[in-house]
Amino acid sequence: MKVLCGIGGSDDSFRALDRTVERAAVANDDLTVAVVDNEDSSVAPDDVLERAREAVDEAGIDAEVRRVEGDPGSRLVEIAETEGFEEIVLGGGHTSPMGKITIGSIAEFVLLNAKTSVTLVR
Amino acid sequence: MSDGGYPDAVADEFPPPPTAFTDREDREIEIRPYEGDDEARESLVEMYDTFDPADRAQGIPPGGEKRIREWLEAILGDDCYNVIAWCGDEPAGHATLVPDDDAYELAIFVHQEYQRAGIGTHLIRALLGHGQANDVRKVWLTVERWNRAAVSLYKKIGFETSDAESFELEMGLRLNDDAGDEPDEGGGN
Repeated sequence: MKVLCGIGGSDDSFRALDRTVERAAVANDDLTVAVVDNEDSSVAPDDVLERAREAVDEAGIDAEVRRVEGDPGSRLVEIAETEGFEEIVLGGGHTSPMGKITIGSIAEFVLLNAKTSVTLVR
Repeated sequence: MSDGGYPDAVADEFPPPPTAFTDREDREIEIRPYEGDDEARESLVEMYDTFDPADRAQGIPPGGEKRIREWLEAILGDDCYNVIAWCGDEPAGHATLVPDDDAYELAIFVHQEYQRAGIGTHLIRALLGHGQANDVRKVWLTVERWNRAAVSLYKKIGFETSDAESFELEMGLRLNDDAGDEPDEGGGN
């Protein structure tokens, strides 16, 4: 399957990255990792790129890691549509001190606008 | 919470627990703080184990006794404030304040057998009274937009919306004056 994994540097995005890379190695997915702008993230885009390349190398898969600038949600949807991706994978949100799950703004936009299936990794 | 902030004005004074009242179904309800009592904790586990899954909000209460116990472990800690509404020896509802940087996150649960009887209003007022008495300054919560009953209850109490951009509304309340405190940066979560 042709999979687009969008990550911006939040904890849940790294969890999504690891899980998607792991799955790609087993399922032979055609994976692209898009490093997007996330203003809520404390990790710089270059460090996120580095982290993604490491994950791909460690898994020994042939996946593209790409920097995607601009509005993260709409860019991901646009890339998925123009390049024929079948699935978008994103982090599944963060958990408050109370234990409440909150979905990030990127995931909200993608969920409501994508034509492809969307997977949120918990 | 996000950086939406809190109301400038301090909320009304709320009555600290214990408080007692008769609910709209003529049941005698008493609200008491939870103070580390094992028996009360077991009663809460039972309440949440029979909690209607349709009343879950953003993943809580979790399903299954094991995950309920883990969750309660985190929110019944010494650094949290909890009150329970009792009908005899059965919990009808539970409300909690969990620390988050310089503020507390609030959640409230009323068991389906005790809903629509006015217990939620008493329960949240007692929790905020408990917080006020313990010098809690700022409280925030999130609530699903479609949950109109909850949103109107929080507004009536004095909560103001701090973030309306997401699926869930985020609301804040100032419980005590924070003279001498740091200026509001809105703690991260």
